[in-house]
Amino acid sequence: MLKYVTRRLLYTAILLLIVSFTIFYIFDLIPVDPARLICSKQCTPDLVEANRHRLGLDVSVLEQWWRFIQGLFQGRTYGEGGVEDIYCGAPSFGYSFNRHECVSTIIADVFPTTLSLTIGAFVLWLSVGVSLGVLAARKKGKFADRASNVFVLVGTSLPTFITGILVVLFIVLKFHLVNPLELGDWKNPITDPIGWLRTFFFPCATLALAYAATYTRFTRSNVLEISSEDYIRTARAKGLSEKVILRKHTLRAALAPIVTIAGLDFAGLLGGAIITEGIFGLSGLGKLSLKAVLETYDLPIIVATTLVGSAFVVIMNLIVDVAYAYLDPRVRT
Amino acid sequence: MTKFLEVKNLSVSFPTEDGLVKASNDVSYSVDLGKTLAIVGESGSGKSVSNLAIMGLHNRATTQISGSAFLNLDESPIDVISAPEETVRRLRGKVMSMIFQDPMSALHPYFSVGNQIAEAWSLYNEGSKRDGMKRATEMLDLVGIPSAADRVKDFPHQFSGGMRQRVMIAMALVNNPKLLIADEPTTALDVTVQSQILKLIQEIQKEFNMAVILITHDLGVVAEVADNVCVMYGGKIVETSAIDEIFYRSQHPYTTALLESIPRVDQFGSHRLKAISGQPPSLIGLPKGCSFAPRCQFVSHVSGNRCTTEDPELTEKAKDHFARCFLSTEQIHSLTGRNVKA
Repeated sequence: MLKYVTRRLLYTAILLLIVSFTIFYIFDLIPVDPARLICSKQCTPDLVEANRHRLGLDVSVLEQWWRFIQGLFQGRTYGEGGVEDIYCGAPSFGYSFNRHECVSTIIADVFPTTLSLTIGAFVLWLSVGVSLGVLAARKKGKFADRASNVFVLVGTSLPTFITGILVVLFIVLKFHLVNPLELGDWKNPITDPIGWLRTFFFPCATLALAYAATYTRFTRSNVLEISSEDYIRTARAKGLSEKVILRKHTLRAALAPIVTIAGLDFAGLLGGAIITEGIFGLSGLGKLSLKAVLETYDLPIIVATTLVGSAFVVIMNLIVDVAYAYLDPRVRT
Repeated sequence: MTKFLEVKNLSVSFPTEDGLVKASNDVSYSVDLGKTLAIVGESGSGKSVSNLAIMGLHNRATTQISGSAFLNLDESPIDVISAPEETVRRLRGKVMSMIFQDPMSALHPYFSVGNQIAEAWSLYNEGSKRDGMKRATEMLDLVGIPSAADRVKDFPHQFSGGMRQRVMIAMALVNNPKLLIADEPTTALDVTVQSQILKLIQEIQKEFNMAVILITHDLGVVAEVADNVCVMYGGKIVETSAIDEIFYRSQHPYTTALLESIPRVDQFGSHRLKAISGQPPSLIGLPKGCSFAPRCQFVSHVSGNRCTTEDPELTEKAKDHFARCFLSTEQIHSLTGRNVKA
């Protein structure tokens, strides 16, 4: 097991290096010149060149990438070696000349929002999806199963932007459960749990709905499939009670694959939930990258958010694989 | 004299989209402690179903069931067919155990074999997890798994098919049950392993004085281990007797045909095996008359189309030898040439 984890850790590190270089390479290919964009109206070729140097774009992609990697571990100074030089400490994700801030600071500002949204939604959809799925499987063909089927249909067919708008319309504007002026205000969940719930419950529920529906379906079919396995009949032949069979034997096998998709879905959302953040006015990673791409073309921010998003996926992949190996002994090699 | 397990007029059927499947039809048999009853038949002859019902492993919601199956326990006999679900569950793994055809899929892939055996043990015994694992090691040793102490923490996928079946046997026997139902325990294994497993079951049966029901389609297996045989066809018992009677003086054309389809090492030359023509009947809406009639080569020897209009009763043809056929003993023996002096 230890050997397996070590090997996977090594692979993950290599993969992250490849991913980060690919991101640099892709943005180098895009024919938008950030040096030109931040140039004022009286732009001269000399100014563009100076900007390019300031942004660190006057060297090869490989060099840019290498400086970035170094910056991640050692921190990095941005500027021309003059008075205005700015030092961003490790881990430095770059410097936004547009916002005059270290990118790591900007991300650290918005990340709690994204984390709150993701964890809240994750807990909601996992608990609702799995318990509803198990219930539907146990009551196959009965009322509970049919009702959960309706929920699945509604949940999967409603896009998040519709659910979100409906929630805002009814919960906020009609029933005044949340003050529209407070919508999107960041609250610390530890010092102000009620305020945090007020801000995040409805966005989380909106985001969770679609996921909960697919997880219900997935859990239901998995539990049904495992229930007909020979080893469940063996468990019954031993004299175990139905409760123990379900909780120990069936769920262990039925939920293992759910760990995989749940981990990846979670990681995907950590990169930002653009639509949900937009509807509820939350400033998370999604909104940050959307703004950086559409409005300011803030390359350091774009690169950093893309990289952070993919790093979450890669790292979560590792965690999922290790967790799966723990759950399923056949995978440990 | 009462035997340990007495099954009487057990019928099991379940509705499907195509109609009612009469999987087991008015089946009666019995088996005593220390004895082995073999139930023989083709796939779909209903040989597993009645035993699953005895174990209470049938789907209670959909299965229609009638008849009785008494376990004559020391305290008092229990009819496991009419007993409440919870009572039957408490007998499973303790008084009666079952092993299955495919040891590859019958063990939970996520738990170590020791864990699975210990789980069965701890259901009916007080003791710590460590006691359970100790008991599991003893059992693995008993069923002949080499260096059991090292392997007790291994997972099913680390064992070969034969070894997994040994693990299944260890698990089934961990609480010293009085009845072991083995549902085609050797079908998924290769031939050399088959005989090892059969020997193991026999040895353990002697040691613990168990009643064994062996469900199989392999008459070779039957010859090796059984004391009594039930031959099933179309959900009914067509012939039942002691082992020698069946092999040397079979009274039913189906049994005879089965025996003739077995390759024998003592017959050399260009001797061809005889296959039974046709297909086994569907258990939905069985035809009138004898279920075997469409495939029976002796139908013309019974007068007046009786075979296709009337279902023969299970009648005693010789002492303790019952068969479901209109032909008399003399007729069938002259037709098949089977009355070998044992």
